[in-house]
Amino acid sequence: MCTEHKNENHECTCHTGYTLDTLIPKVGIITDIREETPDVKTFRVNAPEGGKLFEHLPGQCAMICVPGVSEGMFSITSSPTNKEYQEFSIKRCGMLTDHLHTLQVGDPITVRGPYGNNFPVDTVLKGKDLVFVAGGIGLAPLRSVINYVIDNRADYGKVDIVYGSRSADDLVQLKEIRELWMKTEGVNVHLTIDREQEGWTGNVGFVPTYLKELGESGQIEFGVNTISLVCGPPIMIKFVLAALKDMGVSKDKIYTTLELRMKCGVGKCGRCNIGSKYVCKDGPVFRCDEVDELPNEY
Amino acid sequence: MLKIAKKDLASLFALIKESGELYLPVKVAEQTNFAAYEDGAEFDLDTLKSVKSPKDVFFPQSETLYTCKNEGKTIKITPEELVDQPFVVFGMKACDVGGIEVLDRVFLSDPVDSFYAARRAHGTIVALACHEPEESCFCKVFGIDAAEPVADVATWMIGDELYWKALTEKGEALTEKVSSLLTDADEQVVENEKTAIRAIIEKLPYSDLSLEGWNGDAVAEKFDSKLWNELYKPCLACGTCTFVCPTCQCYDIKDYNTGSSVQRYRCWDSCMYSDFTMMAHGNNRTSQMQRFRQRFMHKLVYFPANNDGTYSCVGCGRCVDKCPASLNIVKVIKAFGEKGE
Ligand SMILES: Cc1cc2nc3c(=O)[nH]c(=O)nc-3n(C[C@H](O)[C@H](O)[C@H](O)COP(=O)(O)OP(=O)(O)OC[C@H]3O[C@@H](n4cnc5c(N)ncnc54)[C@H](O)[C@@H]3O)c2cc1C
Ligand code: SF4
Ligand code: SF4
Ligand code: FES
Repeated sequence: MCTEHKNENHECTCHTGYTLDTLIPKVGIITDIREETPDVKTFRVNAPEGGKLFEHLPGQCAMICVPGVSEGMFSITSSPTNKEYQEFSIKRCGMLTDHLHTLQVGDPITVRGPYGNNFPVDTVLKGKDLVFVAGGIGLAPLRSVINYVIDNRADYGKVDIVYGSRSADDLVQLKEIRELWMKTEGVNVHLTIDREQEGWTGNVGFVPTYLKELGESGQIEFGVNTISLVCGPPIMIKFVLAALKDMGVSKDKIYTTLELRMKCGVGKCGRCNIGSKYVCKDGPVFRCDEVDELPNEY
Repeated sequence: MLKIAKKDLASLFALIKESGELYLPVKVAEQTNFAAYEDGAEFDLDTLKSVKSPKDVFFPQSETLYTCKNEGKTIKITPEELVDQPFVVFGMKACDVGGIEVLDRVFLSDPVDSFYAARRAHGTIVALACHEPEESCFCKVFGIDAAEPVADVATWMIGDELYWKALTEKGEALTEKVSSLLTDADEQVVENEKTAIRAIIEKLPYSDLSLEGWNGDAVAEKFDSKLWNELYKPCLACGTCTFVCPTCQCYDIKDYNTGSSVQRYRCWDSCMYSDFTMMAHGNNRTSQMQRFRQRFMHKLVYFPANNDGTYSCVGCGRCVDKCPASLNIVKVIKAFGEKGE
């Protein structure tokens, strides 16, 4: 008779290897909310007793659920080097995300994870010059890597961040970008918005075009030691990859993330299956030459 | 080799039931499906195939994972208890046992699905050899021998008797429990039965189906084939093929609001449905052709790529029998074979 898994951690000692199932979430408490843009809020989440819910690696995701509403996969946008809390930047676009935007500090949600692979911060990226290219909410997964790199500054070469959005009001994490990223030695931030706007003194133009200008004018160098990390809407990714190709960057030097419908997060429910890969488990981070090998269904 | 008279099966089942739940093929409204056996229920060991595969004994069509209850400023999460009592499944066919082996590769691989694992750990499978395989059967193509099922216990229904042979420790334990009802039997009778079954299988129309070219390396070549554009056309997107299939494992996770709490439950889903991959900003499989292709590519190419060449089909033929549009995996394999693609 197995009664052991009734204990607080739902661990069961009579079935070897059975611990809390990865489908069972933990309770997370929202401890801070920042309005980034008209439709993006960044939520800080802690365990009810304080501290983080779990450890993660840059690029990993978690399933956030409001029981009775819905559940969805979100990138953990804070860096693992942050020892106090985890953050999620969430764009309002449907049932769950609309509801999340109505929540207040102190409200509980459920979280399970972390899921998926991560950007290879401790292997391939080490010692390299890094070029981050992000569009809109696509900054969320990259921010985790950027802050990890900043907190381990000596381990990486030059860092360039090209980040764009529709308008100045749609750029997320502006405070951190200005107060931390722009002030960090060896980190160059290049912001751009789609259309002219009063009070905007930065670049105007789409991310792929701007990236090409920066590359061709030598402001960003794509050498043998440079790795690019690209996240954003599918259309942006497509044109950024074309621009990088034009500048002679080979696909094995570019990383991106894929976004597919997900339910389980552990490679079993079948939903995010592309070819022999499960994006929730084998991804979301892929090297671009690996993406090319997948059936064109993403 | 042991045996029991067919007329004593009700006593056998009653004895098995004394130490736990017993699932076996039961006839309800002219349909035979695996169900928990109640005294006096009409068990049916003559119908070769249950309508649905018995996979739901281990992977239920719907099961609660945990319950959430709002308690002030927190949420109380209560995981559903794992199965912790032994049970027996009686009468699974060789193909359906093969189906469980496919599901094992999914649910017992890291991270282990504890709900499924608990059922596997507590379940004892008594398989029944197929006395007379039918036209839609093609398990042989996948290396499965319907004459000699491999499970905890293998049984054969021959004449008025059920022959019984334990194959594992679990099987020995069950045999021990019911030994008062079993008597010694002549092995040769079973050997003759196996020969007879294999002779029937040799003559089945799909037994010589060739899987040549279907393997984990065939992704691009099969995916890009023009044949899908024709093959999928009659498909109604009803999902029947996925629900009756012993190896289909796709599931959804949903909410059930009880009024005072929310149960998060999982239920079978189907890659044949248009909303399966729907996202806020679009769908990566917009046409039924893509969804149809996904089902068969997964079974014959993607799954083998991840599982040492094992296919996610066991040739049970249920999709052959049940598809309202007469589509099935045999048709797909044959179409590619004929066109040499
Ligand atoms: C790996 C990954 C990382 C993500 N990271 C972020 C992030 O950091 N910030 C952010 O704002 N969004 C992110 N998303 C997208 C986010 O999951 C969806 O926007 C969200 O699930 C929409 O839910 P909804 O109920 O509000 O929308 P609805 O349209 O009402 O949702 C309907 C259903 O579709 C599913 N769904 C809808 N859109 C998506 C989508 N794009 N991807 C997967 N499932 C979807 C939902 O789970 C839900 O079941 C990520 C998605 C994935 C797969
Ligand atoms: S193949 Fe047949 S059973 Fe399957 S979804 Fe299409 S019509 Fe339904
Ligand atoms: S695909 Fe058809 S024949 Fe193969 S296991 Fe599933 S239902 Fe049976
Ligand atoms: S989300 Fe279930 S398999 Fe990836």
